[in-house]
Amino acid sequence: MFSYYLRLALLSIKRNPILSSLMVAAIALGIGASMTTITVNYLMSADPIPHKSDELFYVQVDSWDPNDPYDEPNEPPDQLTWTDANNLMNARKATRQVAMASSGAVIEPHGQDSKPFNAGIRLTFADFFPMFDVPFLYGSGWSESQDLAREQIVVLSRETNERVFGGENSVGRSIRIGGNQFTVVGVLNHWQPVPKFYDVTTGAFNETEDLFMPFLLKEELELPNGGNTNCWKSPEGDSFKAFLQSECVNYQMWVELPTERDKQDYLAFLNSYADDQKALGRFPRPLNNRLSNVMQWMEIQEVVADDARIMLWLSFMFLLVCLLNTIGLLLSKFSGKAAEIGLRRAVGASKGDLFMQHLVETACIGIAGGIAGLGLAMLGLLGIGSLYGDFAENLTSLDLTMVAVALLLALVSSIAAGLYPTWRACNIAPASQLKSQ
Amino acid sequence: MLKMNNVTKVFRTDLVETHALRDFNLHVQEGDFVAVTGPSGSGKTTFLNIAGLLETFNGGQYHLDGLDVSNLSDKERSRIRNEKIGFIFQGFNLIPDLNLFDNVDVPLRYRGFRSAERKRRIEQSLEMVGLASRMKHLPSQLSGGQQQRVAIARALAGEPRFLLADEPTGNLDSKMAHSVMDLLKDINARGTTIVMVTHDPLLAKQARRNIFVRDGKVSELHEVSAFAEDETAASKVANSKQ
Repeated sequence: MFSYYLRLALLSIKRNPILSSLMVAAIALGIGASMTTITVNYLMSADPIPHKSDELFYVQVDSWDPNDPYDEPNEPPDQLTWTDANNLMNARKATRQVAMASSGAVIEPHGQDSKPFNAGIRLTFADFFPMFDVPFLYGSGWSESQDLAREQIVVLSRETNERVFGGENSVGRSIRIGGNQFTVVGVLNHWQPVPKFYDVTTGAFNETEDLFMPFLLKEELELPNGGNTNCWKSPEGDSFKAFLQSECVNYQMWVELPTERDKQDYLAFLNSYADDQKALGRFPRPLNNRLSNVMQWMEIQEVVADDARIMLWLSFMFLLVCLLNTIGLLLSKFSGKAAEIGLRRAVGASKGDLFMQHLVETACIGIAGGIAGLGLAMLGLLGIGSLYGDFAENLTSLDLTMVAVALLLALVSSIAAGLYPTWRACNIAPASQLKSQ
Repeated sequence: MLKMNNVTKVFRTDLVETHALRDFNLHVQEGDFVAVTGPSGSGKTTFLNIAGLLETFNGGQYHLDGLDVSNLSDKERSRIRNEKIGFIFQGFNLIPDLNLFDNVDVPLRYRGFRSAERKRRIEQSLEMVGLASRMKHLPSQLSGGQQQRVAIARALAGEPRFLLADEPTGNLDSKMAHSVMDLLKDINARGTTIVMVTHDPLLAKQARRNIFVRDGKVSELHEVSAFAEDETAASKVANSKQ
């Protein structure tokens, strides 16, 4: 019977093209608005590294002001000091560990025609690449010994490699960065985790950096701080070294802890480390060290903006308004079919048969509305992309899951909207319709 | 075939209570052809709707083909309508955007027949009413008489034992009305029981029996003399069924 109902649905839609188009348009508008905000929220709240997000932990130790917490009610700082980052790295207590920071420098390409340009730098350790499953196009990351030897080596993003070396395999070639010569050891393939979980302090949806180089080069080359630097007391001196040794926080740290036992051990280590620091006159606040896995850290950092949540609810209300309009249009359409419904009842259709027939018709309208709504959602995402620029660039694409969600939402919404009109249609008294035709 | 005992039907609104049928009694034998006449508002159509299970009643008893239909569910009533009853309406009630084939197909779809069986029945029914060559036409491409023939084909396709006709010639000119009436008599002669509501006394006389309804009651019930000429097929059929 389904194919019969489908044929009747298409006939009925063709019979009232204007009314049908209005219903499709109403559903399309609601779905378009909803899918635009759902997509943004979905991408904002997505797990960027699902296969190991519960094994990677962001490290927080409370090195802050004894009189004021870093954040109310009693939050530890969201970054580490240079001293703590290095101490925790040297302890090597986790399966893998990386401290990191952002910085920037000017790249001077070889060719005379090529102009120098500013590049974002991620200073990090060798474990960064295997820990976060970073894909390589050419070469690889560097080794722990190269970290310690503070070698001037660099991994380029694919875009930077295209810009500087025309996309060729540049491994082994040299590149001038911030006035210093570096050797390229690897070139990344496209890599854009959404959110950019490994450092959300500089923007959870920013592009990944142009260059990756050993963390300790910051001290060696006196590279500037990038991102947010927060201090609760002033550095003791004006030198770069004094600034590094201050209580200012600017460094992020992640550890890989495959088991719950590993996590407990590492937390115990952090508390022990904090006690040691207290003995040295640091860490004046009570013990307040934290380990947060990827999704917990995204939640703490409020990666999904409140604005986006509000927009999501507003769009659902708009969808509801569109569905209320659809209900009105369906009532009008089905009341126009009263004579046919009466006849079908007379010749043996049960209420259930007619309910299914009209639900299939409503579903067809819903699917058409969903497809049109997808088009509107794409336009909406383009609009958000052009309105918010780089911030939203990685949040404005519809993947297959979102397409399926859009169609499912349209189907469920239209069926929900069609229930009352369909129920009314099925309860038309056939006798009154048969005589009056 | 149809047995109504003291059937009553009351339509109620907030202000008014209308007694459409009062102690309505009627027995229709298998193979009979009954014409129901009476003034407007006398309850003819209400009787027909109750007989066709399109409406429920408030009191009394109604047995259709030996089955008490007083307390059947909607689904059971639909099934009986589909399997045992055929309807013919004054306004033809064809679905305008379905061609003749698909119009006749409507009741068969709810019967659950396979495609080949439906096709056979549709072609046979349209053949019987003389419209087999026009099965791809839309109703709007036919005359009123032809449309009523399609409606009759639709009513017959399910091979019902009981045909209910409400003013089947009311929208037709006299020539077409006679043609449709001849068709109904032919169908009755093949054994289908027919109950027909009509205003036209000349048409009523062509049935085997006439009942006259007034104020929701059967006030007269008599055999039609002209009917005796063609040796009651009804009694023949009734006898053969026994």
